[in-house]
Amino acid sequence: MGESLLSSLWLLTKRVCAGAVVGITLSDRIGSVATMHGRSMQPTLNPAEDDPWGYLNADLLFLEKLSLRTYNFSRGDVVVFRSPLEPKMWLVKRLIALQGDWVTVPGTYDILQVPKGHCWVEGDNAEISLDSKSFGPIPLGLMKGKVTHVVWPPSRFGPVASHLPEGRVLSQKAGTRTYP
Amino acid sequence: MSWRALLQEAFERSVVFTQFICFLNVFSNHVVEVHQCLGPSMLPTFNVSGDILLLEHLSSRFERIKPGDVVMARSPANPRLVVCKRVLGLEGDSVTVLPTSSRGHIRQTVVPKGHVWLQGDNAYNSTDSRHYGPVPYALIQGKVFYRIWPPEGWGPVLSQPTS
Repeated sequence: MGESLLSSLWLLTKRVCAGAVVGITLSDRIGSVATMHGRSMQPTLNPAEDDPWGYLNADLLFLEKLSLRTYNFSRGDVVVFRSPLEPKMWLVKRLIALQGDWVTVPGTYDILQVPKGHCWVEGDNAEISLDSKSFGPIPLGLMKGKVTHVVWPPSRFGPVASHLPEGRVLSQKAGTRTYP
Repeated sequence: MSWRALLQEAFERSVVFTQFICFLNVFSNHVVEVHQCLGPSMLPTFNVSGDILLLEHLSSRFERIKPGDVVMARSPANPRLVVCKRVLGLEGDSVTVLPTSSRGHIRQTVVPKGHVWLQGDNAYNSTDSRHYGPVPYALIQGKVFYRIWPPEGWGPVLSQPTS
């Protein structure tokens, strides 16, 4: 009796481990889901954050990882990346400009060219967003995925539109970006 | 053997094969990876080509990287390029920056928050933080801890440059 329990436990463990490694591989390479907190992407994402129960109604997002193979990101995509200031923090912002583009820095008369291998990210909620306006252009190597859909709550289920706010990018360097 | 049994066995074998590939993938990306180091920037510690190194992903994940460690990081100038350099300083450290050529000057700089300073052991022939600035810590992929090829170079990778 004890032997069969042990062997069925062992079988269960093997099945769980096998499922876990396949799941992790899919999550790393294809796509995963993640919750987000914070108001920097309002109203596009997390509009409920200000409500009393907002923390529990945080948006659940679908992150696609396929674009990480060639770092194929376009201007206007909502991206997830690791913070250049706090390595453990993951941030969600919109990618505004790619290498070679010129951007205006709000609040000053400066314009800035995005260096090679870098990008410029901004939150849709411009007043309170901590983004490239404070920490400057960030290396594309920090990217961890592209937000393509909102999965929860059901009332907000649907794709996340990729659009560029007007007037931020002064001039775009033509052509697609490939990284050898 | 009937076709049905043959198909069944083929299916079972491919399931096991897929699980094995996924296991290798997870182990390589999250635990220990085998990687090559190319280029003259880490001479004399590593050869120009042909050195095969073991990289562990745990130190970078748990923020245990220390000055002197050799790490692999995504280049800030090209996200698809992984470079192999030594960490000279962590955030807040004051690092002594060697000149990029024999005519340059030594200078001091403080590493900003969330970043590290990378420098190749071969100071005169290395593209590193002296060219692209301090590198965000999150770009570090892992710590190089062992060399497994060439056979005469087998051994742990030390935390200070070989002089």
